[in-house]
Amino acid sequence: MSGSDRMTNVLWLQGASCGGCTMSVLESGASGWFDELRQFGINLLWHPSVSEQTGEEALAVLEAVADGRTPLDLLLLEGSVARGPNNTGRFNLLAGTNKSIYRWMLELAPRADYVVAVGSCAAYGGVPAAGSNPTDAVGLQFEGADLGGALGGTFRSRLGLPVINVAGCAPHPGWVMETLLALASQDLGAADLDGYGRPKFIANHLAHHGCSRNEFYEFKASAETMSQRGCLMEHLGCKATQAVGDCNQRSWNGGGSCTKGGYACIACTSPGFEGSQNFLATAKLAGIPVGLPTDMPKAWFVALAALSKSATPRRVRTNATSDHVVVPPGRPSGKRAP
Amino acid sequence: MTRITIGPFNRVEGDLEVRLDVESGVVARAEVTAPLYRGFEQILEGRPPLDALVLAPRICGICSVSQSIAAATALRAAIGCEAAPNGLLATNIAHAAENAADHLTHFYLFFMPDFAREAYASHPWHGATVERFAATRGSAAREVLPARARLLEVMGIVAGKWPHSLAFQPGGTTRAIELGERVRLMSIASGFRAFLERVVFADTLENVLAIANSHQLDCWREQRGGDFAHFLRLSDALSLAELGKGPGLLMSYGAYHDNEGVLFPRGIFGPHATAEPLPLTQITEDVSHAWMRDCSADPAHGATIPDADKPQAYSWCKAPRLSGQPVEVGALARQAVAGHPLFAELIAASGSNVRNRVIARLIETARVAVAMEQWIRALRLSEPFCLDTQEIPDGTSVGLVEAARGSLGHWLAVRAGKIERYQIIAPTTWNFSPRDSFDVAGPLEQALVGTEVGDAGPRAVAIQHVVRSFDPCMVCTAH
Repeated sequence: MSGSDRMTNVLWLQGASCGGCTMSVLESGASGWFDELRQFGINLLWHPSVSEQTGEEALAVLEAVADGRTPLDLLLLEGSVARGPNNTGRFNLLAGTNKSIYRWMLELAPRADYVVAVGSCAAYGGVPAAGSNPTDAVGLQFEGADLGGALGGTFRSRLGLPVINVAGCAPHPGWVMETLLALASQDLGAADLDGYGRPKFIANHLAHHGCSRNEFYEFKASAETMSQRGCLMEHLGCKATQAVGDCNQRSWNGGGSCTKGGYACIACTSPGFEGSQNFLATAKLAGIPVGLPTDMPKAWFVALAALSKSATPRRVRTNATSDHVVVPPGRPSGKRAP
Repeated sequence: MTRITIGPFNRVEGDLEVRLDVESGVVARAEVTAPLYRGFEQILEGRPPLDALVLAPRICGICSVSQSIAAATALRAAIGCEAAPNGLLATNIAHAAENAADHLTHFYLFFMPDFAREAYASHPWHGATVERFAATRGSAAREVLPARARLLEVMGIVAGKWPHSLAFQPGGTTRAIELGERVRLMSIASGFRAFLERVVFADTLENVLAIANSHQLDCWREQRGGDFAHFLRLSDALSLAELGKGPGLLMSYGAYHDNEGVLFPRGIFGPHATAEPLPLTQITEDVSHAWMRDCSADPAHGATIPDADKPQAYSWCKAPRLSGQPVEVGALARQAVAGHPLFAELIAASGSNVRNRVIARLIETARVAVAMEQWIRALRLSEPFCLDTQEIPDGTSVGLVEAARGSLGHWLAVRAGKIERYQIIAPTTWNFSPRDSFDVAGPLEQALVGTEVGDAGPRAVAIQHVVRSFDPCMVCTAH
């Protein structure tokens, strides 16, 4: 890819997937995703949802990549790799090939300059790996938080990088496209990834940063039931203070986010998030949430929480347990400015 | 007799393989395989019931809200609680946005690109169709994708994000809408109407919805621009009404409930060409040709235990049946059951087929766009959007909803605060079911028989039209 004036070849495959990452990325681009890809010199070799080629035409594309006739710059997988049953991968055969996505990935990944896991399933196993993990689903290079996965912990793509994990369920369309374009321009290196393979430009932030419920968090003025305006951390399961992602610094679908939508962050960018239970209730020990900010002494957090609770303005306390603003900001007298 | 295999059968949601036995250039027998199994029903077992709100939508990235609504409806029935009227309206608004977006995605990205294939290069209409609909290159995508993204901004307001939201709860929705947000919703809905009226129909939605029979449809589309009329002309040129005949029995669970009732009612539409009540208890699942162990045929008592080595099996999809019959679901079924006169006539004339399925999807998009405007206006902003709910007692319940591509049901059993059983029958489980123990083929398998493939074999474009006319969602199918 380097120094070449040809387009960047991208192959997008789906494993044990819901297709939601594709649905998300289709929101990208002012004149549509296809135009956006073209504008950045990206040639989508094949994509299961949008390409014309089907059946043997599609297989011809894949085989040309597998035997090296078509250079592969970026290999993207959406969905986890189902290794079962008994390591055969038969829970997820690529249609028309009688060969599992597991085998296909083992063959194709060494051909790629970069390998990208799109979404938490391809990155860590994700939702199909929940509970009893009936299909032995794993990520490309992780099984939950442990290195390993379908390609193994030591795998490096042709340009020497581990699998790049665009975590999220589903990821923000911007996360996918910015990662893809940064790789296409060779601006993203190994040093730009965190310990779980996530681009730092996403993972150096917490989902909590920029949360519109910030004032409620500061005063520990908490929502008690769904649809109330207060902080979702104390009672309603929110993990945004522990989950990475610039979720609340972006706009989802034109202005939303999980916490803006009125429900908890479930830490979908974290390996193993699917293993939690009771997502919408906060796990507590002796009345104190178990999941507190990871880099702050717990005793300090509890002390500050008690202090801020006792200083909570009536406005904040009242609005926290209402679904709309009951007490507006203003002077205590309530007089309007002339 | 030659056997051909088509896979990966793409431009559907998820993974699909189709095998055809061809005799003298005509399909004599078809087998449809869902090659992906993830095990959601097994994953849900033993969990707290409300976890279904997190996990079930993640079955599907394209009909995630439908999955959420089915789960929330089953949980609501299990609790025996009510949802806030505003919550039902907000749910309808989000569901309408998803379903309309899905109909557009299907028409423009999945279905129409096949008419731009080289196989049609000799036809006089081919050049204009390539310009408009060629996969990833046609001019339509440049208009449709931004319109789809703008429509999905409904989710940013009502549901936080899409796909995979937790906004849809047994008690309603989690985000109370304020006045400014209602205005923004109206602005999105108006923009969507403008897109449909300019690009899809080249006419007002009211005029489109006034089309009550095929004569009026023929008159209406004379000299008309827009992509719907473009499709109707292609449909005539290629006799798409002769292609992909369904099994004859159509079903809808009913869609878009609010305190006033339901926009599209529940029922079946059968050989007598009238809508009749749906005998819900007659729904069964047959696993004779699925890689699944035998279990109760009643989804309320069923189980999903994979058996990859089962002889005779060829799909991860079970075979749902209604009173023992295969059933077709989708927009055509919904509109027929809802008593739309155009579809009663089209079905009487030519049955369920490639053309009628597509017409129903686009007319339904117009109906839903108008309804969405009404639901947005009906929100009562000073009233609650979500009611408190109680603990979930032991028992069984069902959540039924219509996804864009048809009837979706969740059968839930709760015991001691945990999910004891969770069974899901998705729209494409119905449409793309394998054979049952009486060797009766599923709807697509029946619809493919008789399709001419000529010398093209696996490249026969007619096969592509038939399969995609159902708007399959394979990720939901076996889940």
